[in-house]
Amino acid sequence: MSGKTLMRGTHVLGEAAIRAGCRAYFGYPITPQNELPEYMASKFAKMDDAVFVQAESEIASINMVIGAAAAGARAMTSSSSPGISLKQEGISYLAAMELPAVIVNMMRGGPGLGNIAPAQGDYFQATRGGGHGDYRVITLAPAYGQEIADMARQAFDLADHYKTPVMILGDGMMGQMMEPVEFPDPVDLATLPRKEWIVNGSKGRASRTILSLWLDPPKEEELNWRLARKYEMISEDIPDQEMYLTDDAEFVIVAYGTAARIAKGAVHRVRESGMKVGLYRPKTLWPYPSKALKGLCEHVREFLVFEMSMGQMVEDVRLAIEGQRKVSFYGRPGGVVSTPEEVAAILSSAYNSKTN
Amino acid sequence: MSLKIIFSGFGGQGVLMMGYVLAVAGMKEDKHVTFLPAYGAEVRGGTANCTVVVSDEEIASPIASSPEFVVAMNYPSMIKYQNMVKSGGTMFLNSDLITEVPAREDINVIKVPANTLAHEMGSDRSLNMVMLGAVREITDIVSGKSISLAIETVLEGKKQKLVDMNQKAVTVGVDFILGSK
Repeated sequence: MSGKTLMRGTHVLGEAAIRAGCRAYFGYPITPQNELPEYMASKFAKMDDAVFVQAESEIASINMVIGAAAAGARAMTSSSSPGISLKQEGISYLAAMELPAVIVNMMRGGPGLGNIAPAQGDYFQATRGGGHGDYRVITLAPAYGQEIADMARQAFDLADHYKTPVMILGDGMMGQMMEPVEFPDPVDLATLPRKEWIVNGSKGRASRTILSLWLDPPKEEELNWRLARKYEMISEDIPDQEMYLTDDAEFVIVAYGTAARIAKGAVHRVRESGMKVGLYRPKTLWPYPSKALKGLCEHVREFLVFEMSMGQMVEDVRLAIEGQRKVSFYGRPGGVVSTPEEVAAILSSAYNSKTN
Repeated sequence: MSLKIIFSGFGGQGVLMMGYVLAVAGMKEDKHVTFLPAYGAEVRGGTANCTVVVSDEEIASPIASSPEFVVAMNYPSMIKYQNMVKSGGTMFLNSDLITEVPAREDINVIKVPANTLAHEMGSDRSLNMVMLGAVREITDIVSGKSISLAIETVLEGKKQKLVDMNQKAVTVGVDFILGSK
């Protein structure tokens, strides 16, 4: 028998985060991600070197993350759409202070209080920074249980490496669904690179400060330049995607997360009737894997973007394609989850309207 | 092969456990599986349901819009899902609580008196595993051995008596089907 266990996405994320060295979790309850803080609380209660706090609000919890990150811990918070809106101020501060942290958003239907069904309406918020100021957040979009585990590890590593907040963008379905998962061995915290910038008491060394306030404009400009160079580096280093049956494809559907699973099912169906379609699935939403997508223009005549929203990622697809190909859109917002059959019908009719 | 099955009933009937055991059994056979519990603004004593997909290939969607199999443990569940079952599919009814049959002729109906069978074996609460045994015998989604192993995994750390009881209940369900053939 293999070392797989059947776990729900939220629990997978929690277990993978702990194995990645997460020792500080702060959060405030919201459906559909409550099983994640539940998991962290139950595990951290048995660990001597970990802290779990259910804060009085989302705003308090993200500020606790700032504190823990400044002290050198691998820190995480999680929420769902409305709660993530409340955390935006803190995320902006994390970016400005160049602090590593992992933020999980299990998206639900919106805007406003919305509902508790899976949706993808927070793409803009996640990939454009979300809070005030000139910054970006690395955004990872898992689609499978195993990928949730892999990306949780990756998120902490990226956050530390680039000293920047990283968001894992899932949705309500991903959080609730159980799939078989295999976990990597836990990280030995002693083997992680030492953080020579943390504020953990200055006995025996010069004191350090971590700021987000630069009253002198040239100083603030300097920070912005430094951030911009960092974001440029990230954009070079980490864009990632899955390409499924794209080698001979004439028509490609672009989707991420849960929508990409549905789109893959659709591609499968449409292929059976002989149409050459493929799937392009970004695994990083920021930085967007534009180069590989644009490369497909060599043999792909048209693109269809499918999202569980009214069309947000479609803008990044159009930016990547630079007008070279037609990009159409199909979306179901508000927490409605399409079936592969439905998307297959859209895909094949789009394919045929092109070839006729 | 890709099979979708919905388990439905009211809270306390062990509906989620049924699906969970089946999904773990599928995993033990190295198949692709997804288990999706219904979540929402649920109420105590309300309906509970979950969807399990067991497949030889990667699973696109864990949601079943037209499942091959539906297990209805109470009457409202039968009403809710009778029109969703795929044509040629099978609906399992807990005949102790459901006296009617679905108003369709293109699906198979298997009646299992799960409450009675569980009561007769001395464990009223095991009605879910009795039903799962019946489901296993008719659908052949996973082997009986995998179900048995899955029960051990799911109930790890619990008393051996409980594991035995659940495994026995599965056998009772299997025997019921074999006896009625």
